[in-house]
Amino acid sequence: MADSFAYPVTDVEASPGITPSQTVGPFFHYALPYDPGPAVAGPDRAGAVTLTGQVLDGQGEPVPDALVEIWQADERGEFVEQSGLYSEVSGDGFRGFGRCATDEHGRYQFRTVKPAGVPTADGRPQAPHIAMSVFARGMLRRVVTRVYFADESEANATDPLLEALDEARRPTLVATADGSGYRFDVRIQGADETVFLDVFAR
Amino acid sequence: MSKIVVPSDPTVALDPPYLFPDYRSTVFRSPSKALVMPPAGLTELTGPKFGEGDVRDTDSDLTAHGDGEPIGERIIVHGRVTDSYGKPVRNTLVEVWQANSAGRYIHQLDQHPAPLDPNFVGAGRCLTDSGGHYRFVTIKPGPYPWRNHDNAWRPAHIHFSLFGRAFTQRLVTQMYFPGDPLFFQDPIYNAVRDEHARKRMISAYDHSVTSPEWATGYRFDIVVGGAEATPFEEVES
Repeated sequence: MADSFAYPVTDVEASPGITPSQTVGPFFHYALPYDPGPAVAGPDRAGAVTLTGQVLDGQGEPVPDALVEIWQADERGEFVEQSGLYSEVSGDGFRGFGRCATDEHGRYQFRTVKPAGVPTADGRPQAPHIAMSVFARGMLRRVVTRVYFADESEANATDPLLEALDEARRPTLVATADGSGYRFDVRIQGADETVFLDVFAR
Repeated sequence: MSKIVVPSDPTVALDPPYLFPDYRSTVFRSPSKALVMPPAGLTELTGPKFGEGDVRDTDSDLTAHGDGEPIGERIIVHGRVTDSYGKPVRNTLVEVWQANSAGRYIHQLDQHPAPLDPNFVGAGRCLTDSGGHYRFVTIKPGPYPWRNHDNAWRPAHIHFSLFGRAFTQRLVTQMYFPGDPLFFQDPIYNAVRDEHARKRMISAYDHSVTSPEWATGYRFDIVVGGAEATPFEEVES
């Protein structure tokens, strides 16, 4: 164990600007996850699928204390006006947002739908994808990625983000078929590290 | 769909790095490859929105969640949430969680041998009002020990989670208290390397909000960064 630290403590004033990020820490479980959180789509939604996966650290070990959030359009490419957070999604409802804490094996699972592709801000088409954030103890800020779908190979082939990546890294962003849905693992660090996105540019 | 204009942001992000070895847990939980800049896409430029149905009035009073009053120093924590242009972020969800006055979290993994308080859970939430203001009533959290380094203690803090208006603006941070004697040895606080930016995380004692014979006040203003989709019509008006 490291001895200790002695960071300088000065009297400078805060500068105006964006509030910095800090880790979610180990003790968020009684505050942030909630039972209906992993349900982005209701149980009776036509085309509802599971999106499941594991969060793994740089040693390949599961991360059992991560919080995973997703945000996405619906099957027509529309974004909901009100998400709701703590209540159940109605039978065939959809709220676009989901939150799930990982279990002791680092696993998360959502019930959602595959969205339609939505364009870039300047109008270029993109392949269907879901935005994902992962928060955890030991992560001073979240990591952000996108979940694409293996059965959309034609759309994926011309997606502006996927196209710009090294071919070897593209599969890290593509969820594969898995039972009644898709599987998408998040590898935080290492040779097969997931591509993480800089959405922090201001 | 309306035409979208993506404004560029005038301020610089000063977030902590992913890898800050003084904070040991970052060593295997930090990406090793450079982040990739995605094209500005509508999924990231929009985000979940919440409404009155998501919160109850009592959710913002963390002292009202038990049968009696929790032990500790009652405080009012308030502030304003703005974007980096200074515009208020209205109706955005603010979630908080914290240790009790003895520095103990009501969490099964918290083994700190300090007492739990039967009248304190330590979780709350509220929506900002039309001016971007939020307000919580709570108990001042205690510092607590952890095992990161020799004789390691976290400065007293309240965890904050905010959504802003877009996925890009999502923020999880911690609010600290002025003059905390534990800052000098805390690698989480000091992982924000710019000392002026670091100070943005420290609340200010606010006597104008201190309530006579009841509670002291602290102000913690929050700025969320990140681009958002702005309907063209709004920019024109």
